[in-house]
Amino acid sequence: MQRIFSVFILMCCYVLTACAQTVNTSNPVSLKLPAGFTATVVADKLGRARHIAVNSNGDVYVKLERLKDGKGIIRLRDTNGDGVADEQFAFGNYGGTGIAISNGYLYASSDNDVFRYKFNAKNEIENADAPERIVKDLLNKRQHASKSITLDGKGFIYVNIGAPSNACQEQDRTAGSPGQMPCPILATAGGIWQFKIDKLDQTYGDGVRYATGLRNVVGLDWNTTANELYVTQHGRDQLNTLHPALFNDAQNAELPAEEFFIAKKGMDFGWPYCYYDGIQKKKVQSPEYGGDGKKEGDCGTKEQPLVAFPAHWGPNALLFYNGDKFGTKYKNGAFIAFHGSWNRAPLKQGGFNVVFVPMKDGKPNGDYEIFADDFAGGEENLTPSKAKHRPCGLAMGADGSIYISDDQGGTVWKIVYTGK
Amino acid sequence: MNKFLLIGSITVASVLMSFTITQPNLPASMQRGKKVYDTYCLTCHQMDGAGVPRMNPPLIKTTYVLGDKKKLINIILKGFNESVEINGDYFDNPMPAQPQLTDVQIADVLTYVRNSFGNRASMVTVVEVKTERTKLKKK
Repeated sequence: MQRIFSVFILMCCYVLTACAQTVNTSNPVSLKLPAGFTATVVADKLGRARHIAVNSNGDVYVKLERLKDGKGIIRLRDTNGDGVADEQFAFGNYGGTGIAISNGYLYASSDNDVFRYKFNAKNEIENADAPERIVKDLLNKRQHASKSITLDGKGFIYVNIGAPSNACQEQDRTAGSPGQMPCPILATAGGIWQFKIDKLDQTYGDGVRYATGLRNVVGLDWNTTANELYVTQHGRDQLNTLHPALFNDAQNAELPAEEFFIAKKGMDFGWPYCYYDGIQKKKVQSPEYGGDGKKEGDCGTKEQPLVAFPAHWGPNALLFYNGDKFGTKYKNGAFIAFHGSWNRAPLKQGGFNVVFVPMKDGKPNGDYEIFADDFAGGEENLTPSKAKHRPCGLAMGADGSIYISDDQGGTVWKIVYTGK
Repeated sequence: MNKFLLIGSITVASVLMSFTITQPNLPASMQRGKKVYDTYCLTCHQMDGAGVPRMNPPLIKTTYVLGDKKKLINIILKGFNESVEINGDYFDNPMPAQPQLTDVQIADVLTYVRNSFGNRASMVTVVEVKTERTKLKKK
């Protein structure tokens, strides 16, 4: 009898936890923000919180890279308006990175497929266990497998298919192995694919390779001012370890730049044949394709970055700020979340921050600056494994605030401008 | 209680001593191994052997590092690109083969890894590396 009672109590606890979890918001890291901005921890310990999307009613949808308690999407709801989520609801039986809201639908991706869920008039998802699969069977070879997504609001979704490779060598990441010519990976990866939003089970034959020569894009966003797609690329690794005769550790720590692009239909950004040298301020040939750190070859014909960022920082999210709450400086500018580097070793790592790029008419309008910092939790934590948090997702709320997610500590912050 | 403590300390001390006594070449091998590690391994597995979350696996107290030496030697010789769980996580990046390293270099770097970052395990000998390399050539 006692045993049955215990089981009953356990079940009650389980149900209560599943329905409305009280969120622990203890947060040891205090973010560094510009004057007048404050950060609130919306939720933490969510697991690997990758990208996020905020609905018009303030619900925050978090995509988890790995399932937590069997679920891959968490909806955070703040019922009393204090900025802290007091309800969590989890659904979706797949891990992944991409999530976005557009025209009454929630879109989310696994590393192979893209799904969508319809919101009803009450902003609730009714088919949480039966989404429509709109894209299937995309390349997933583990490396750079995350499928980031964004939508243009005009019937199309843009999906990053990262190259499962560093530099398209015959033997990946192996010193002395030559680059494949032409790089066969570009047929099914290393670019952005465009699909329709309302057709089920599309795959390569149904989509369009919208932009190519992109090694891996995790952060991308549709810019409604310019009416174009913008992307951020993770540049290649290991120039020093693969080509010690050409590059030393210090050069590898600064090469190549992480790049921020406008990605118009048909553009080619040059991977794997070229990389952008932020010091020489030009694209040069990759050493796997005859480059020596200086030779340009035909790399001048590839698309150049709008902004070049320090090497290896890992741009994992891009957000154009269309709100009014941050003041004119921020209007229509770009926030970029940098996951934090590993390939700068043995030199000091960098990134682990959120950067702001002022923009006007879809073009950078001034130097970038670090907007939010100290995610790692101190200098001694500035390594990928020790960092307390690694920024990974960005989204804007209907109230003009922005949200930042982190896939290391599983924290979601809400940033508001108070002017204080 | 004291008796247990004493026996425990003696056991620990003798294990530590046996390490040094039976492996007189350990310090020299470690020193050479560190150089190999810094050149070929550090970027991915990092200075502290902790690796990069979900990309490059940690070398700290994993069965891959502390377990079967033959398997470990083969990871260096043949590389490794499988989806396996290591300390509760999965890692995306491939480990390139490093067959250009000499038998001595491989023995040294594995000895270094097995006795750094909080690890403690027996040395990897040049003979053990040579044996595995020969087996591979015969295949």
